[in-house]
Amino acid sequence: MTAKPQRAPALPPERIPLPARIGHFFYLIYAGIMTVLGWLAEPIQRLIGTTRMPYFFVLPNLLIFGIFVLFPMLLNIYYSFTGGNNLFPQDRPFVGAQNYQQIFNCANLLDPATCREDRFWRGFYNTAFFVVFQVGGMVVLAMLTAVVLNRSIWGRGFFRSVFFYPVLLSPVVVALIWKWILQRDGLLNALLVSLGMERIVFFLNANWAVFWVIFISIWAQMGFYTLILLAGLQSIPRDMYEAADMDGANRWQSFRGITLPLLMPTLLVVLVLSVIRAVQVFDQVWVLTGGGPGTATVYVVQYIYETAFANQTRQFGMASAASVVLGVVLLVLTLVQLRAGRQSDIA
Amino acid sequence: MTGIGEFLTRTRGRGRLDGSDILTYAYLTLGAILMFLPVLWLVFSSFKTQAALLRFPPDLLPYDQKSVMVEGYDQPLPLFNVTMPDGSVRQLAQVRRVGLEGQMVDPANPGEIIKVSINDREEVREVRLAWENYTEPLQRFNFLIYLRNSVVVTVAATIITLLINSMAAFALAKYEFRGSTFIFIVIISTLMIPISVILVPVFLVITGIGWNNNLWGVIVPGAATPTGVFLLRQYMLTIPDELIDSARIDGASEWRVYWQLIMPLSAPALAVLAIFSVMWRWNDFLWPLIVLSRSELFTLQVGLASFQGELNTPWNYVLAMTVMTLLPITLVFAVLQRFITTGIATTGMK
Repeated sequence: MTAKPQRAPALPPERIPLPARIGHFFYLIYAGIMTVLGWLAEPIQRLIGTTRMPYFFVLPNLLIFGIFVLFPMLLNIYYSFTGGNNLFPQDRPFVGAQNYQQIFNCANLLDPATCREDRFWRGFYNTAFFVVFQVGGMVVLAMLTAVVLNRSIWGRGFFRSVFFYPVLLSPVVVALIWKWILQRDGLLNALLVSLGMERIVFFLNANWAVFWVIFISIWAQMGFYTLILLAGLQSIPRDMYEAADMDGANRWQSFRGITLPLLMPTLLVVLVLSVIRAVQVFDQVWVLTGGGPGTATVYVVQYIYETAFANQTRQFGMASAASVVLGVVLLVLTLVQLRAGRQSDIA
Repeated sequence: MTGIGEFLTRTRGRGRLDGSDILTYAYLTLGAILMFLPVLWLVFSSFKTQAALLRFPPDLLPYDQKSVMVEGYDQPLPLFNVTMPDGSVRQLAQVRRVGLEGQMVDPANPGEIIKVSINDREEVREVRLAWENYTEPLQRFNFLIYLRNSVVVTVAATIITLLINSMAAFALAKYEFRGSTFIFIVIISTLMIPISVILVPVFLVITGIGWNNNLWGVIVPGAATPTGVFLLRQYMLTIPDELIDSARIDGASEWRVYWQLIMPLSAPALAVLAIFSVMWRWNDFLWPLIVLSRSELFTLQVGLASFQGELNTPWNYVLAMTVMTLLPITLVFAVLQRFITTGIATTGMK
């Protein structure tokens, strides 16, 4: 790519191929918008001087960022100390740590049934279980797939695309695809019956529901992490393996001795990203099971959503307190992972 | 024979297929089936009629009962294979069903009514694509409105994201100014803060602005993505400063340096961000669900979810609408497939 500050004079129209013409059309729109914005930016440059122009460039992003991310983060903490059902802060009474006390009002923290906010704690432990098994299973499978795809095999591009494809699908679409397969008269039950087994109504059984929720979210996200790991694998120089081969190392030994340590930084990125993603599990499960059967697949974000927006009484303070707890857990998890990653780097 | 065997088992590497190659292909084939079959099954099912969808075990192909126009009747009549008392099988059209008895006519001889037990008849079926699954929701539900809302949100949000993220990235990559490091660190540290952690206060801000039940309320909050700023900044760092200096000497304003020099040079990174943004926005669910409560503002995802949540879901419509929802993103992927997979792999970001 080279910059084209001045475009060459246009050729006679019939000689220009269609893609180029479409490209040119979009370039004209782009240039038009940018020229109009320039009528604003250039007087500003004359006004504030070249050295202050970076402030002009960061301003729009910073404004939206400040209003919709930074300010809400601070406000969230304040909200968690207020009560009542009103949305606007001036109408909300300050209640101190009452929301937190209510959340942590448990006879036994490890047993949600003894807690006042039992739904939060069920969501909390369900989420913890989900994170461990979804991330664990997915990282192992993504690693395996990446290693396999890294070999010189026929149809690599095809397989890479197929494994990646579900990543593009929305959580709602993913949930509907699988709901259709797993329903009582669905494809999987037809398979079971043809093998002489009994039909299973999967989403009425808590264990099956939890299994499928984890399985489906691995199915939907694995391709993305496979791709990142594959890029990591491809950056490992081939001659290291050849050297190990000459020294008589077998495949497992060179995997343990070369691949794993050199892949550590990539693996850490994958781990951090997928944990952040898994902690937020909501939409797919919401469409698939709605949290059921019972409370088997209720997760923390669903609890926050319901408490603030879907229940009869909108307990914004409670929801904020729950999301502060979630945010703190997320922060601690990320820091622990980064710390562990750094230590394994030194070792 | 050995020649053919050798040809079939030839590999790119050392000579012949060994055990690990077979394992590799077995794993990949199984994985590819598991990854793609569910989507294929959805597409196949979406062409079945409501009646065919209720059959168990399900058929692979979309069958539908055959029907014929018979003289003297306004509606087409369903066709059955009827076993007659003498053991012969005739193809008859059913006029109506009364209890356990079907009143049939021979299409060739419409005058005479033949009464048969419903146990003696069997549907005549043919393969037919039920396009009405696709066309009827367009008329009966707000599908086109959802589609328009989704397109508006995706396109507007992507343009805004690309513009403001690239401006900020340009400032952070190519200028040294007071507070630049601070701004960068603040933006990067919020990479870890998902919107689901700050739902309530963002909802308050939206309500305060009056963007509740407004597509702007869906478009704007996510536009200042830290991911985008980070990705573009890292890319712009590789553009040599000399280029910018020479443009300045030629009298270009900072704005022109940005849009005529930096932006074209950053095209690969911008393309990756554009793809991400389209994907995020098209697939977004939780935030539109909260901001939009009037159904004429629903995006496709929210509309689809609320539609399937209704009692007695007509699955044939849900399946067809699901296919239509995944179609645009699939087409984008099919066209830009190589670009997307290598782009994500090299930037390693989400």
